[in-house]
Amino acid sequence: MKVFSSRTLKRCAVGVCAALSFAAHAQEENVLNVYNWSDYIAEDTLKNFEKETGIKVRYDNFDNNEIVHAKLVAGKTGYDIVVPSSYWAKIQADGGLLMKLDKSKIPNLKNLDPDFQAALAKLDPGNQFMVNWLWGYTTVGINVDKVKAALGNMPMPENAWDLVFKPEYVSKLKSCGVSFLDSATEVVPAALHYLGKPAYSKNVSDYAQVPALLKSVRPSVTLFSSSGYINDLANGSICVSLGWSGDINIARQRAIDGKTGQNIQALLPKTGGVVFMDVMVIPADAPHPNNAHKFINYILRPEVHASLTNKVFYANPNKESKKFVKPEVASNPTVFVSEAEMKKMAMPDSINNDIRRQMTRIYTSFKTGL
Amino acid sequence: MSPQAVLTQLRNSKLLSGRSAVIGVPYVWLLVFFLLPFLIVLKISVSEMETVHFKDLLTYKDGLLQLTLKFSNYEFIAEDPLYFKVYLASLKYAAATTLFCLLIGYPFSYFMARAKPSIQPALLMMVMLPFWTSFLLRVYAWKGLLGENGWVANLLEWLHVDHLLLALGVIPALGKFMNSPFSLVLGMTYTYLPFMILPLYANLAKMDLRLLEAAADLGATPWTAFWKVTVPLSKAGIIAGSMLVFIPCVGEFVIPELLGGPETLMIGRVLWDEFFSNNDWPMASSVAVVMILLIIVPLAIFNKYQAEAQEARS
Repeated sequence: MKVFSSRTLKRCAVGVCAALSFAAHAQEENVLNVYNWSDYIAEDTLKNFEKETGIKVRYDNFDNNEIVHAKLVAGKTGYDIVVPSSYWAKIQADGGLLMKLDKSKIPNLKNLDPDFQAALAKLDPGNQFMVNWLWGYTTVGINVDKVKAALGNMPMPENAWDLVFKPEYVSKLKSCGVSFLDSATEVVPAALHYLGKPAYSKNVSDYAQVPALLKSVRPSVTLFSSSGYINDLANGSICVSLGWSGDINIARQRAIDGKTGQNIQALLPKTGGVVFMDVMVIPADAPHPNNAHKFINYILRPEVHASLTNKVFYANPNKESKKFVKPEVASNPTVFVSEAEMKKMAMPDSINNDIRRQMTRIYTSFKTGL
Repeated sequence: MSPQAVLTQLRNSKLLSGRSAVIGVPYVWLLVFFLLPFLIVLKISVSEMETVHFKDLLTYKDGLLQLTLKFSNYEFIAEDPLYFKVYLASLKYAAATTLFCLLIGYPFSYFMARAKPSIQPALLMMVMLPFWTSFLLRVYAWKGLLGENGWVANLLEWLHVDHLLLALGVIPALGKFMNSPFSLVLGMTYTYLPFMILPLYANLAKMDLRLLEAAADLGATPWTAFWKVTVPLSKAGIIAGSMLVFIPCVGEFVIPELLGGPETLMIGRVLWDEFFSNNDWPMASSVAVVMILLIIVPLAIFNKYQAEAQEARS
């Protein structure tokens, strides 16, 4: 809303202020502030939206959920759309930090896959707050040739997680570079999942074995990174990473486009990856909620949602978009995962503050040795 | 009372005199920007946090006024050795940075203060000039300079400095300078050097050079005169410069994030984790309070000791 001019103020004084401010609210300023993950959008997504609606989009990036959450808790972020992962959005929704969606303003919700909506409803009953942007999973990505060379006469492990969690393998890969995501809530759930426990377990005793597992591979980890590792994979300076499925596929594409000669591959571990769903939500104090609804509706158009997947190699929940997805992306088994593979994956679940503290402490010990 | 009399009385009262108004500015500043925020932090540190909100300290229910203070955070800081170790590590890196700043900054400012008066403003300008570039950019530049095939890294390797650094245990491997205690202290020294040079220069520039002539007349060599006259006289500058470097270095966050390695955990990062990873603002505030106390109390004692020593001398 624009600052009232002095004339407006005078009118307010004679008592029509309420009506005026209501009118001003109905005609939102043509601005939309979006806060999203880095490397997570197509080149023309915002341009087309701006051209069509005349709404100017300000687009900011982050590379971890923690910072988004802290900003929302502090309040008055100025953002109209933020895209946290669903298990964080749940904490935010429970804490009253998010606005309920007005579904009448988002007719394109009909395009969403009902099965997917049902899965999301586990954390967001009735799908009241969250609309999926894209989804993917934490997994292992490799530089095929370098990993084979580093392993020598050792065969590839049956379970791809062994490459990052089993000392026999990861110690050999140290020579060509091993990266881990730099966040407690990514690494610890993956480790729990590897140990056969629920990835977001609320049972403190499940965490007992995690520090020893992580400690055993720590000497071999050469990089902690949640965004820079894409380029490092693409140019060959690391050969294996505990990373996000789409990022690894982006690295693969960058290696092909840049002709670096590196053959990058995302792997589907035998025991499955750890799924994350990044969701569009509207902060409770968003200054432009109408524009935010328009934006969500725009993203849910089949061709727009497909263009995101085409660019960043993360699957979308939009069943109508399949025909717009490029064949080479649609056929990539690590993007749109088969149902059989999907069953093995760990699904997102809620976490509480005690579990977060537990995860952070384990991760700090892992990373720094303290 | 006549209006005239009231005015005179007002003029005479200390409250409204120009002098106390001027002296009051720093007090108001400290009150508003140091004491009040500190009290807010202190308040948060003893309150309880439900998922995303703080509970009120004072509650009034059924005619019962209740004050709830939660001290478990402070207990936790004492229990988990992480906080103490990280605090010591922060002091260590800050002390190393201060030492290097002093070793480089002292000769630097000495040279500046004894240079021809006509070129002194130009020299001073050259110390200040880096401030015109963003601090973040200057720190980031070191990533390139010290990274693989960065020319500083290549130069150090060519000079075989990396063998020495590895022997000292401040880099992880030969030829790898980035993300190590070495790159961290180098970055902090580079960034904070002007804060050492400026107070030292101000101090050395106004030194009475006739004292050195007197020392020479009494048979002191330039070396002796430097240690017996110049250094003791510049003590105030050394202390001021060291504090300006040391205190911000202890809580530094950006430089360790960009240039430090996984093992160079400093208190700034622990605070970040408490705020962001754990979303535990009370705990983060407790760490901040403990840190302030651990820095301010020794400094206050030191200051008092200094003042007493000064008084005893005069």
